[in-house]
Amino acid sequence: MHFSRKSLGIPYAVFLIAFVLAPLLVLAFYAFTNGQGQFTMANLHSFFGDPNTLGTLFYSFAIACVTTIVCLLLAYPVAYFLAMSRIANKTVVLMLFVMPMWINFSLRITALKEILTVIEGNLAMYPFLNAVIGMTYDFLPFMILPLYTTISKIDGNLREAAMDLGADNMRTFLQVTLPLSIPGIVSGVSMVFLPAMTNYVVLDMLYNSTYIMGSLIGSYFAAYNWHGGSMISLILLALICIFTLLTGSGEEETARGGAML
Amino acid sequence: MDNRETIIELKGISKVFEDSFKAVDNFNLKVKRGEFVTFLGPSGCGKTTTLRMIAGFDEPTSGDILLNGKSIVGLPPYKRPINTVFQRYALFPHMNVYQNIAFGLKQKKTDKETIGRKVRRVLDLVDLEGFENRGIHTLAGGQQQRIAIARALVNEPEILLLDEPLGALDLKMRKEMQLELKNMHDKLGITFIYVTHDQEEALTMSDTIVVMNEGRTQQIGTPEDIYNEPQNAFVADFIGESNIFNGMMTGHLKARFCGGEFKCVDDYEEGTHITAVVRPEDVEITTPEKGTIVGIVDSVVFKGIHYEITVLSGKNEMVIQTVHSAHVGERVGMCVDPENIHIMPAEDHTNQFYADISRDFQLEYNGHSLDTSLTKMIHGSRRLDDGRVVDANGEEIEPSRIRVLVSIQPGDIEMTDEQDRGLIRGTISNLIYKGDHYCYIIHTELEQDFVVDDEYLWNMGDRVSLLMPVDKMTFAVRRK
Repeated sequence: MHFSRKSLGIPYAVFLIAFVLAPLLVLAFYAFTNGQGQFTMANLHSFFGDPNTLGTLFYSFAIACVTTIVCLLLAYPVAYFLAMSRIANKTVVLMLFVMPMWINFSLRITALKEILTVIEGNLAMYPFLNAVIGMTYDFLPFMILPLYTTISKIDGNLREAAMDLGADNMRTFLQVTLPLSIPGIVSGVSMVFLPAMTNYVVLDMLYNSTYIMGSLIGSYFAAYNWHGGSMISLILLALICIFTLLTGSGEEETARGGAML
Repeated sequence: MDNRETIIELKGISKVFEDSFKAVDNFNLKVKRGEFVTFLGPSGCGKTTTLRMIAGFDEPTSGDILLNGKSIVGLPPYKRPINTVFQRYALFPHMNVYQNIAFGLKQKKTDKETIGRKVRRVLDLVDLEGFENRGIHTLAGGQQQRIAIARALVNEPEILLLDEPLGALDLKMRKEMQLELKNMHDKLGITFIYVTHDQEEALTMSDTIVVMNEGRTQQIGTPEDIYNEPQNAFVADFIGESNIFNGMMTGHLKARFCGGEFKCVDDYEEGTHITAVVRPEDVEITTPEKGTIVGIVDSVVFKGIHYEITVLSGKNEMVIQTVHSAHVGERVGMCVDPENIHIMPAEDHTNQFYADISRDFQLEYNGHSLDTSLTKMIHGSRRLDDGRVVDANGEEIEPSRIRVLVSIQPGDIEMTDEQDRGLIRGTISNLIYKGDHYCYIIHTELEQDFVVDDEYLWNMGDRVSLLMPVDKMTFAVRRK
């Protein structure tokens, strides 16, 4: 039997068709049909017509934005100083930041829940804050790693050149280091923002009543409303696609910048 | 020309890095306004470190740097009226040509119109008019180089530092840029401090050359001085091709080296050990009867404008550049005009190190025991039954209060590949051919340099172990 390299792709193609393509088609079918299997746009209308679902969308968006900004503000200084420092065992220090990832997810969040309960008393008092804390805790390493990689790769001569040309430390950072670390920022942001829109498991485990897009979809399916749930999933998918395309084109721009270094 | 004022003075600067590596050692230099000074030396000689201290990227461990008479030590780079052209250009990849060049002026809050005018002027100077909006990555190496020079020059620095700026260019481009840089220097009147390991580049461009090796200044002088009157064997070997011989003064203006007695113009006392340098183009081939020394032609290589002929005279080898060819195997005479023999007193290459004294008064070095003991060194000393050692007067000798200085000549040390055989291991960090043998400098694992003479060729960077026979050592006891 002739064995070509193409045949190596077959297992993944099967996987792709069975678990990605087929569910997507089913999802699209359900989204645009009603209980009787007839084509309808009613699900779309009811999503945009319902202030509750739209509110959830904006609320998710707000949580994702705040989480991303907090992660960026926390991660940048860490990545910057780690990349700049002359300590010998950088990878070990970096590992310390990534190590929480090795502990089981549910254990981590449960521990966080206990800590927050001790501090706040009643978790229900600060749903938004707790959502941001939980997600930041969970996603921070995804922000640190790409930032660290990008900043480490910036040629030290460029900073010296800036100083040589009369820029003090602050200006050197603002005019050289920061612009050249944009590829890391973009990739960190996309790795934090997208899961922050949907990852409602974190919130569930924190006994958080906050509704984000993920929880909304979950509740539709829990109530056997396949059609409404599918439509929301489809809309979210479209939003994520748009977001990825936007940052993706930005990434290409900056990747060229990185290649020049 | 010499009454120009001093613009920058380096006073006894040294730089020791955290790992205790001494990159620069007591460096002294005065640079005059408008001068073109080149730091020349092999890689790792401290030339770039010195440049970085002038720029402000590194601070000297000791010593002072005076700019127009005022110390600039501790002043950050952005406050110094000095600009640098970096080895790999270091152009900002996220800015276009215009933004790169304007960077320095922008920091000084220059108005837009002036920036525009000045940027156009330097672009004109480096022959890249109309390149303002080009991205850095669209430029070829030579063009990036010019932009890097333009970016530094646009700030009208008092001193321009150039760190091997032509190192990344191909030979043809490099020659072109050498001339252009020299022209720019003449036109602008800015002081240039240039770093290179390329001796030809240094000779072509500089007013003054500072030859450096292992952190120390070897010689400071004009290109002519450095070439014609090298102060030591290192400079002679590094600048141009040289025949270098060990020898001795045999009388008034007479020196013996390479198996013959030559007349010379440098006067040293009879019996002085000397190093003689003869440039290959200064050796004349004649008949065996007329030659000061006689030898057999070993090889003849045609080099375009001249022949390079190697003649063996006894154990010595003489390289000659001449327009006349010779035949391999031919017996020839060689003579050298006294004016063209450069003689300097030989550097004393005696190796010295301190040995440790073990508990039973044996000498040790680097964990190896030397087959001799303290009692052999101190006249009249003896060991008592209780283990103590007393001197001739019966006073106890406390091993912790004395040190033993061991001396051994370069010719008495042998090198071996077998790392465990010798007293100490090291890496060959330098080698100079001295006519009938090679003179090696071995940097040991204890961070000491040993000089070893060996007739066989080893390579730079070879790991060797040093065999030092105890009977060739001399010992001196010193009190702490």
